Amino acid sequence: MDQKYRRVAYYPGCALEGSGHAYNRSTKAVGKALGLDLVEVKNWNCCGAMEVKNIDPKLQTYLSSRVMSIAANDMGFDTVMAPCNGCYHNLKKAEHDLGQDPESRAVAERLSSKAGHKTYEAGQIETIHALDWIKDAIGEDGIRTRVKNSLAGLKIANYYGCMYTRPRHIFPEKDQGADSESTSDPHFMDDILAAAGAEIVSFPLKTACCGGAHTLSDSDTSTKLVLNILKAAELAGADVIATECPTCHSGLEMHQIRAEKVFGERTGVKILYFTQLLGLALGLTPRKVGVQENISDPMELLKEKALA
Amino acid sequence: MTPLDEIEYRLEQLSSGGHHDKQTAAELLCLGEEVLGHWIVARGETPTRDRREGFRLLALHRQGAKGTPSFNACRETCRELVYRYNLVMNEPDPAKAAVTAAMAVLVAKHLFLFVSGKMEVEGLGEFCCSSRALRQASQ
Repeated sequence: MDQKYRRVAYYPGCALEGSGHAYNRSTKAVGKALGLDLVEVKNWNCCGAMEVKNIDPKLQTYLSSRVMSIAANDMGFDTVMAPCNGCYHNLKKAEHDLGQDPESRAVAERLSSKAGHKTYEAGQIETIHALDWIKDAIGEDGIRTRVKNSLAGLKIANYYGCMYTRPRHIFPEKDQGADSESTSDPHFMDDILAAAGAEIVSFPLKTACCGGAHTLSDSDTSTKLVLNILKAAELAGADVIATECPTCHSGLEMHQIRAEKVFGERTGVKILYFTQLLGLALGLTPRKVGVQENISDPMELLKEKALA
Repeated sequence: MTPLDEIEYRLEQLSSGGHHDKQTAAELLCLGEEVLGHWIVARGETPTRDRREGFRLLALHRQGAKGTPSFNACRETCRELVYRYNLVMNEPDPAKAAVTAAMAVLVAKHLFLFVSGKMEVEGLGEFCCSSRALRQASQ
């Protein structure tokens, strides 16, 4: 296993302090259970998603670079782990832009100097997702040996959302062979939860858009997109949709309720963060992984599957 | 081209049940091509007749994503539709083909929702306050 990932800088991002708090709680709990060290980036700021990026992409590059600069220059880390797809994507984009675009570098230098911190240089730090972290630091065999409460009998559809793999050019480490993550058919979450005993169902909408960006401007389209994802998961036979992004997760949960209210369409599939499911498999209690913070209540299903 | 609301109505019909088979899979592929065709025409281009990896749907997606990287968010949805089409066409058991075709209906529906939503956001379609007709009239 990759010892490098056993102690990483942790960048939770804004969502994990709000609507995605259960993801924050379960990520930390799983890290502790697996003996992995997460050291939170000091005085971190928003990565610039999505509002700043839409208005001024170079300012977003600077904001993300500041997080990486603190982790690398002030804290001495060579790896930063971001569990949120939006943060992960933005840090990767900043890394790419700072390496390729002189204008982005000039803006980052100017703003870093104004803010009084060292400018981040491309290549100083590696940004990874929570899926990379678990997969590389522990691996499937490591998970199998640590499982106390197998997810056997639980059918899971893994939903990765669209920012984890797109655009492909900012993820040069992906699509590098069988052991690397795939941008067209991501599988790290499938691998991790299968190792924890779950039955992974074939899910064609695993990277499809959930309409997260339209939630406020066009709620009906978002609800229809989410409803379609939920129905596809149910048709695939899933009990649970596993998520790895706080925005996707909140969208799925909230629009599941809205679909019933507005369109009269009820779906029963439960939505849990992959870290919550992994935590349960590692013997943590539902409370310890923040199940009580989810919008939908999965306790009946968890009890039925002997996971609570 | 079939109007978008008719495509939506047909997809609703298909998703509300009934028996699905190879004919359904073929129809879904055509509907997917029409959906992408609307996006391309709305951007002032002519939908290609080319094929990519044997499918016009994939060539149309490539054409539609040119200059609009965010359109790649439906790339895998298009590929999944092609994949499900292939599965249905090569499945000898009608019962299994029906299940796969039913899933393909949801995949095609997702493509429709994504593209029509994107047209609305970009003011390319005939939709309420962001309707192209109203926007052009006010310019």
